[in-house]
Amino acid sequence: MSDRIEARFAALASEGRAGLVTFVMAGDPDQETSQAIIDGLPEAGADVIEIGMPFSDPMADGPIIQAGGLRALNAGQTLRKTLAMVAAFRKRDDATPIVLMGYYNPIYSFGVDAFLKAAVEAGVDGLIIVDLPPEEDDELCIPAVEAGLNFIRLATPTTDDARLPAVLRHTSGFVYYVSIAGITGTRAPDVSVVSQAVERLHRHTKLPIAVGFGISTPQNAAAVAKVADAAVVGSAIIRRVAETLDDAGRATPETAPGVLSLVKDLAAGVRGARQ
Amino acid sequence: MQNLNSYRGGPDERGHFGIYGGRYVAETLMPLILELEQAYKAAKDDDAFASELAYWLKHYVGRPSPLYFAERMTRELGGAKVYFKRDELNHTGAHKINNCMGQILLARRMGKTRIIAETGAGQHGVATATVCALFGLPCTVYMGKTDIERQQPNVYRMNLLGAEVIPVTSGAGTLKDAMNEALRDWVANVENTYYLIGTAAGPHPYPELVRDFQSVIGDEAKVQMQEAEGRLPDTLVACIGGGSNAIGLFHPFLDDPDVAIVGVEAAGHGIDSGKHAASLTAGRPGVLHGNRTYLLQTDDGQIVEAHSISAGLDYPGIGPEHSWLKDTGRVQYVPVTDDEALAAFRDCARLEGIIPALEPAHALAYVTKLAPTLPKDHIILMNLCGRGDKDIYTVASAEGVSL
Repeated sequence: MSDRIEARFAALASEGRAGLVTFVMAGDPDQETSQAIIDGLPEAGADVIEIGMPFSDPMADGPIIQAGGLRALNAGQTLRKTLAMVAAFRKRDDATPIVLMGYYNPIYSFGVDAFLKAAVEAGVDGLIIVDLPPEEDDELCIPAVEAGLNFIRLATPTTDDARLPAVLRHTSGFVYYVSIAGITGTRAPDVSVVSQAVERLHRHTKLPIAVGFGISTPQNAAAVAKVADAAVVGSAIIRRVAETLDDAGRATPETAPGVLSLVKDLAAGVRGARQ
Repeated sequence: MQNLNSYRGGPDERGHFGIYGGRYVAETLMPLILELEQAYKAAKDDDAFASELAYWLKHYVGRPSPLYFAERMTRELGGAKVYFKRDELNHTGAHKINNCMGQILLARRMGKTRIIAETGAGQHGVATATVCALFGLPCTVYMGKTDIERQQPNVYRMNLLGAEVIPVTSGAGTLKDAMNEALRDWVANVENTYYLIGTAAGPHPYPELVRDFQSVIGDEAKVQMQEAEGRLPDTLVACIGGGSNAIGLFHPFLDDPDVAIVGVEAAGHGIDSGKHAASLTAGRPGVLHGNRTYLLQTDDGQIVEAHSISAGLDYPGIGPEHSWLKDTGRVQYVPVTDDEALAAFRDCARLEGIIPALEPAHALAYVTKLAPTLPKDHIILMNLCGRGDKDIYTVASAEGVSL
């Protein structure tokens, strides 16, 4: 089993702080710029990197991440290219965990066994597949765990105590708590509700709890970092990519630095949260 | 467990028809889908539910729909006898309301207070808006921007019925995009909202329950054909987009081995053109909208936009039970192009005084090819699943006529 995730959360615990998990879309707005962003994330303060595998029909995502995925696909991004980007990152950084996040069809189309082999070789540590609930664990979750990858599950406000054990059963690495019932990048979570949810999850699992959906500012991130083991930021980062593009939708010299500067601010928020 | 001696035993407990079907949804929706499954199981076992549904189907929808011998069409084709199951005579003009009536009663049993739906041609949206008006429930319909432009009369109908129609601009603005947006709404409104899916697709238990509510078509036809001819038909023909009218006609006949069954897919500008909606003919298995099924997709597993002159067939997937019926060979699936469907549309109006929807015009186009090759004692039963009033603008524009 890949142990970068476990090692990273252990290090965070010993530092006495929460982590920052950043989501970027592979190939958005183009492969070169996207690689520059990913390569710069650890220095900017990302503790764990989630890389979105673009999909034509992202049913759980709001307009911002939909647009990012579309930009990547229009620029020619494929699953194979996404894996190559992870491999390139791994040549520079062997410690920061990489989690691929997306939907099942591109993986199913690639072939589950071929994908898992390629993902392990590229240096991927975990998978978050939005449309594979525990009811479909035989598809990818169990083969992924057998291949040595963490399968990170989403728990949501609708996942009640009766259902949690099934959701957590094959989960490893960390648990991703979806702070709102809704799609990505819409409304900000209520921190007191999140706090109760994290306590509830901790009664069921020893795994770290990362909280995401709707965290867009250093202040939101700091508030969540007080109560959770990590805060996940996605849409705000993809929005920053969009804001830095030229009128034709292409990257500008501001794109990578602009995104990394936002990540620095978010990291400062997370790191200062418990002081 | 599925009974291996029957084509009618599926799905299994996890919602699979062979390798197809399943429940590929976000965790937020999973508890809702399980709740729906329980509610549907309970309703199925409740005689009061069955009699309530029967009441509304008879007095409001106007069932049973007639079985009609298309005599002039039969004479013109010079071969097999052609019968139409007249589901275009239902209230709202299509088969869609059979399913909407079943699901709205289910939603009421579950205590849901808000209904959402997706629509392509607008027929399902109109049927949903209709039953929501009937039972006084607020209704939101997601419809692709492209479809809104080509189906204006249905948009206006939905508005008259009190529904809110939300244009979907993502993707190509057609049915698949409308379904994505409806799922996003559902994820954000889990407490009070019922998602009334219009076709026999989506996560389990939708393919099963939509099929069951549409099976009234085939159940009636079986009895009516016995009365008319004293026997079963030899061949069934129905168009497939998501496949709900087809599975409704086919399912009651699946275990009658002498009945040949044909589903007709929209081939758009032709299979070779790449502009079509023939997922069974030209797609391969994948996972979208909660189920595994045949999909139109790229080598990288990205879903591609379908094309058909008929907005109701313009979907890159197909209900999972059809995928299974294709693989088992029980049902044959054939493509029919836009031009062939348009020709059948005109023939039906001219010969039978029935303006069919462009969707069943695809089925009829195949009937016009098949019937002349068969003997006069062969009986073809085609599902005339919708009327064509909504399509006259599209047909006029294809003919260069401006209305």
